[in-house]
Amino acid sequence: MDLLEYQGKQLFARHGIPVPAGEPARTVEEAVAAAKRIGFPCAIKAQVQVGGRGKLGGIKFAADESQAREHAAAILGMDIRGLVVRELWIEGASQIEDEYYASFVFDRGAKAPLALFSTRGGMDIEQVAEESPEAIASLHIDPLIGFQPFHGRRLAFGAGIPGDLVRPAGAFLEQLYAVFVAEEAMLVEVNPLIVTPQRTLVALDAKVTLDGNSLYRHPDNAQLRDLSSEDPQEQMAKERDLTYVKLDGDIGILGNGAGLVMSTLDLVAQHGGAPANFLDAGGGAKADAITAAVEVIVWDPNVKAVLFNIFGGITRCDEVARGLIEAFEQIKPTIPFVVRLDGTNGEEGRALLQAAALPNVHAASTMDEAAARVVELAHPDGPRR
Amino acid sequence: MSVIVDHDTRLCVSGITGREGSFHSLHNRAYGTNVVSGVTPGKGGQDVEGIPVFNTFHEAVAATAANTAMIFVPPPFAADSILEAAESGIATIIAITEGIPAHDELRVYTHLRRTPQVRLIGPNCPGVLSPGKANVGIIPAAFFRPGNVGVVSRSGTLTYQVGNELAQRGFGNSSIVGIGGDPVPGSSFVDIIDLFQADPETELIVMSGEIGGDAEETAAAHIAAEITKPVVAYIAGFTAPAGKTMGHAGAIVSGSRGTAAAKAEALEAAGVRVAKTPTQVAEIAVELLGG
Repeated sequence: MDLLEYQGKQLFARHGIPVPAGEPARTVEEAVAAAKRIGFPCAIKAQVQVGGRGKLGGIKFAADESQAREHAAAILGMDIRGLVVRELWIEGASQIEDEYYASFVFDRGAKAPLALFSTRGGMDIEQVAEESPEAIASLHIDPLIGFQPFHGRRLAFGAGIPGDLVRPAGAFLEQLYAVFVAEEAMLVEVNPLIVTPQRTLVALDAKVTLDGNSLYRHPDNAQLRDLSSEDPQEQMAKERDLTYVKLDGDIGILGNGAGLVMSTLDLVAQHGGAPANFLDAGGGAKADAITAAVEVIVWDPNVKAVLFNIFGGITRCDEVARGLIEAFEQIKPTIPFVVRLDGTNGEEGRALLQAAALPNVHAASTMDEAAARVVELAHPDGPRR
Repeated sequence: MSVIVDHDTRLCVSGITGREGSFHSLHNRAYGTNVVSGVTPGKGGQDVEGIPVFNTFHEAVAATAANTAMIFVPPPFAADSILEAAESGIATIIAITEGIPAHDELRVYTHLRRTPQVRLIGPNCPGVLSPGKANVGIIPAAFFRPGNVGVVSRSGTLTYQVGNELAQRGFGNSSIVGIGGDPVPGSSFVDIIDLFQADPETELIVMSGEIGGDAEETAAAHIAAEITKPVVAYIAGFTAPAGKTMGHAGAIVSGSRGTAAAKAEALEAAGVRVAKTPTQVAEIAVELLGG
């Protein structure tokens, strides 16, 4: 779960990490009121998860109330790389002497948190890593020991920062690690971490990714929303407890088990089709889950045909067939379906479907056959590309 | 022969009194697995269709000499249960639970790495099946026969699909091992491939990977250096977009790392045959071992 800048900063602030004073706003009036409380000059920042939003017009500075009104009106509702700005973050403009970079990331390869620290802040860290890897100090933290002062010294001296900032940098990194652990993050990144004229360190940006599996322990974080990226169909799937990811093709996909669904997407693509979604009905899906899944898939008007690929383990094919029959009664889809049922109770499932003789539902006996057939049905005049 | 579970397995199930836990424990017993005990705190002294239940792993091990644990408790209790099983002297822990917080997994992994006598499989995995001997977990055993192909996979249903393609071509399995789809699996491809390499019954190793992380790339380097048995690989997720979690918490591509194409390339460079579809896995197996 990716947080917006202001949500990350509010999280930082709760843990005592210095961030500029700021307030979120969802209307122009809220933005102007916030700007007046914070004082001028202030920054009006679009809250969308897009890198480089400043260059795309998503960050403006206001010297007075009328400018604050003008910028807030311009940025709210703006489309930045396909995301519509629904929220702003108004914060006091900062004085910047230098820009650093600091982060902790859950390193799956090394199976330990990875700390990164650099004096080359304010730009894309991947570019820095490519062009001058020596400019980034890095080390792994033993999760059973945690962040120690020596880690801070190694990172600070390693990055070559001025002597007077070694201690503050170590303290900042220790606090940032505390956020990483306490909030169960997969990533906490500060870019830029600024040096003020008073020689203090302030987090001018915040990029935080939380572990979705841990949210039950963090009810406040579980409530956080990103209005700009909420897709109504993904919300619909979430409410029905389905794992759904929207893609940009036109062939609806349903399967059981994440690996099998990914494999199904690949096969459809190999046959020249473009999947419209990833939908995992999960292990042991019952008929009502299947009905709900059909509802979510066909809600997308781009979908021209649907592929069901089920290999029953805990999931029983007769349950899947019953769910599909129920969906046809309730939703009456008009687009073609290709259904491949194999595994537990496969024969019963296939017999049920045959007896129901649903309109425009085609049975397939293998994954390959099913993928080829659904592409044909979606594009009777040949593949799109 | 086979790996991880066999006739010597003495299984103790954590969460045996739960709906899923009891269902699958009894299924495993019906298959022939020696299910000797279960653990549910507060329900010690009860039994599940004759399987005695204990309050702690330590009691269960003392009374029933369990050597393998299956973890079936919900995510908030799973890390604790794994650590308890490890401390009670159990050598093999198979964690089925899906949705364990990543930081919990990290602490468990780091601790168990320093406890080398304990092997953890999973979490978020379908378990281990050694056809004809023992089944620990939720793999539908009816589809598989004893044989010479060892299968290791990050995904459950994809394992069944690949296994079924092999079965249709007449192949059986030494063991089928699900290592799970989480960011920090207790055992990696490398760990299981080494077991298959040492297992005299296994003549071909099939690995089924997916996007995210670098476990497949690491396995590729290891296979090139250490493994003499033929390996066939299948990778899912070529069409998955970057930055989106594809169902498994581990299946997420960030930047250019962990893509399906990069994994397939690394494996091919290591001399591993990479199948484009699950069906092709079986076709390559026929080529390598004869029909």
